[in-house]
Amino acid sequence: MVDGAVPRFWREIPQRYNLEGNQCGSCKKIYFPPRESCPICRRKSMKNMDPIKLSGKGKVVTYTIVHTAPEKFEGQVPYPMAIIQLEEGPRITAQLVDVELDKVKIGMKVEKTFRKIQQDGHIGAIYYGYKFKPERG
Amino acid sequence: MRDVSVIGVGLTKFGELWDKSFRNLISEAGAKAIIDSGISGKEIDALYVGSMSAGRFVGQEHVGALVADASGFAHMNIPAIRVEAADASGALAFRQGYFSVASGMNDVVVIGGVEKMTDVVGGEATDTLATGLDQEWEAFFGGTLASTYAMIATRHMHNFGTTKKQLAQVAEKNHSNGAKNPYAQFKRAMPLESILNAPIEAYPLGMLDCAPVSDGASALILCATDKAKKYTKEPIKIIGTGQGSDSLALHGRKDLCTFQSTVKAAERAYKQAGIKPRDINVAEVHDCYTIAEILAIEDLGFVKKGEGGKAIDKKITTLDGKIPTNPSGGLKAKGHPVGATGVAQIAEIVMQLRGKAEQRQVKDAKIGLAHNVGGAGASCIVNILEAI
Amino acid sequence: MKNVGIVSYGAHIPRLRIKTEEIAKAWGKDPVSISKGLGIIEKSVPSPDQDVATISVEAARAALARCNIDPQDIGAIYVGSESHPYAVKPTGTIVGEAIGATPILMVADYEFACKAGTAAIQTCMALVKSNMVKYGMAIGADTSQAAPGDALEYAASAGGGAFIIGSKNVIAEINETCSYTTDTPDFWRREGKKYPAHGGRFTGTPAYFKHVMSNAKNLMDAVKTKPEDYNYAIFHQPNGKFPVRVAKMLGFTPEQVKQGLLCPMVGNTYSGATMIGLASVLDVAQPGDRVFLTSYGSGAGSDAFDITITDKIKNLARKKELLISYFLENKEYVDYANYAKYRDLLYYD
Repeated sequence: MVDGAVPRFWREIPQRYNLEGNQCGSCKKIYFPPRESCPICRRKSMKNMDPIKLSGKGKVVTYTIVHTAPEKFEGQVPYPMAIIQLEEGPRITAQLVDVELDKVKIGMKVEKTFRKIQQDGHIGAIYYGYKFKPERG
Repeated sequence: MRDVSVIGVGLTKFGELWDKSFRNLISEAGAKAIIDSGISGKEIDALYVGSMSAGRFVGQEHVGALVADASGFAHMNIPAIRVEAADASGALAFRQGYFSVASGMNDVVVIGGVEKMTDVVGGEATDTLATGLDQEWEAFFGGTLASTYAMIATRHMHNFGTTKKQLAQVAEKNHSNGAKNPYAQFKRAMPLESILNAPIEAYPLGMLDCAPVSDGASALILCATDKAKKYTKEPIKIIGTGQGSDSLALHGRKDLCTFQSTVKAAERAYKQAGIKPRDINVAEVHDCYTIAEILAIEDLGFVKKGEGGKAIDKKITTLDGKIPTNPSGGLKAKGHPVGATGVAQIAEIVMQLRGKAEQRQVKDAKIGLAHNVGGAGASCIVNILEAI
Repeated sequence: MKNVGIVSYGAHIPRLRIKTEEIAKAWGKDPVSISKGLGIIEKSVPSPDQDVATISVEAARAALARCNIDPQDIGAIYVGSESHPYAVKPTGTIVGEAIGATPILMVADYEFACKAGTAAIQTCMALVKSNMVKYGMAIGADTSQAAPGDALEYAASAGGGAFIIGSKNVIAEINETCSYTTDTPDFWRREGKKYPAHGGRFTGTPAYFKHVMSNAKNLMDAVKTKPEDYNYAIFHQPNGKFPVRVAKMLGFTPEQVKQGLLCPMVGNTYSGATMIGLASVLDVAQPGDRVFLTSYGSGAGSDAFDITITDKIKNLARKKELLISYFLENKEYVDYANYAKYRDLLYYD
């Protein structure tokens, strides 16, 4: 049996693969994930939100090292989770990879990378998405 | 809106209660509360119950009807309402019940809070607690409730110099209080060294910085104050209630080290009660993790933002301190059956204000506050009570 | 005849490594003689969150980062691998979405042991030459499996390369390609099985050497070249020895082979092997250089290419973090216990 949550994950591919958010046509604030309307401009922003792909570059604003993980992530412990401030403004939560645990710092610059996030056992689907690694170059 | 008082309290022990089912727990707590209040079951107008996730823990929804039935009220056909706000479900049930009496719709209501968390294997309990987070944008990527609070701790340490030792001292104090509480899951004090050296859950939080997985239930009887004296010599008045919400995901907050939901809930409760934070004599706050208690005493206005860690060092929050916090042992030592917690916190405040808290009694407690949080701060409910 | 060739390229090698001697010690073998005998010092290891889809996406994104192509102009994507994440459900569509090339796009996944990537290049060449697409993307990537304790365990590694094939702004013109194919079962993996099986010494002379030698000679006959006409030669590299030996047998020198020989430091990335070897050469090649590439896939077959570097290679951004040397320098070692955990975890229930 598969958990069959495939449509839920499929719907979010533009966000999870390509960090596609949206921008208020009125005040130009950028949101990720995309919103139906801008909480600031409200009515003025309805049907006035434009899709925008975020660059994937940002900074760590806080982090933790997870030792007790959800079932699906058990094989990866210990792993760093962080809240990242993307350069366009929005903040997101993601795993950090390709970095030694004691080198994770508040303020470090990071960039997105494409990884497997979870899978539904051996039979179900594989869900890909964003993780972040130290900025290269 | 008329005055409402608490006229009865009931609690089960909290812990890993293998012999007790979801139904056993709530009916035990409910029966104790009814007996304590002096009312007859027939006088109950409605039932409000908080349970975070009976669906995932015991496969059961339609919890309002179940609890009314298990408590023996099925034939009375009373309105039975289940409310949910993750870990704040208990306080929310209390608040909704309070409104129904204050508005005049009901005279007497039962408030219940219950959770049965040990019928599932550990990993499932962790995943279920994570449903209080943002499933799509926090939990999906590997986040847990512990990792989310841990990120708050990291930032609090960065901004204010709070230390792992100060976090551990919160747990030490709460275990010392819990050792005096016959209902508590952990009945022994815990030395600071063991807390500091416990295995890491999510850095910087160790296993002993975290409230346990527990079973338990609590119940309260609310009654219009002008009718309360008919039943009890010691009604405890509800003088303020406040609620706030905020972005579901931690990353959506304005300030990672402040729960605006708590700040607003407290503001609203203080305003209704006509008091200031310094008027609070005793508080039960939501210490699901040690950092949560540090945030709570700041956000409730007991100390300035950033001073929460220092307050622990200065022993402001011990049983004989300036603002005794979590005399029951808190979620940490008393246990945290999530839906029951909010109701149990109020039960403790009532016992304190009645002078019936035995070995953990706070001297001259006249006004008490209960603070219950959902998830990682997306919901908060603050309730304030006063001995008449 | 239309100029067809490589317009841009990208590669990705996972960061983790395990030393040959670490594997040898786990199995009670002499570390020095194993690593000397195979010519492999260490190999790349994919972390549990990496697979052929993630490696292909990173390589494809790197190829796009080097040039100004609009991904919507990519008309076809073919991903060749013997460790696709799904037996049924293409890797190519995941790549297509992740680089913004969908929905007007031809996609299929390829399999031909270690030469699935070069087969994809040939297909893209034909699509471009016939004007069916403006650009085609050919990817070869693997997170190769090897049974614990088997000889293949020292070499089976992870990595991949992506090549954008087109006719405009070509940095490396593919003058000619040819293939040599027979039904020679030297190495295979049955449906549903986790690890491959192989014919031991049968994989040498009648398989690798016969197909590579024959195909290489056929290509040089077709374009009328001799080994000394080439600046670089890339051969499929199942270990550090075969490619050097076949080069010598054909008349190439170790210096010609050196730049494209990554197996000693990275292991055998199977469908990625000749792809990343070519990427390594393109990282340093100068206009006018001539490159000879011969891949090999068990089963068996070989694809050969005669390539001339154009002066457009000067326009290609040689950003440090996109070069093969960056992947060789930025690494982290794991021990056998973690290696076993990471490789088995692909199958964790």
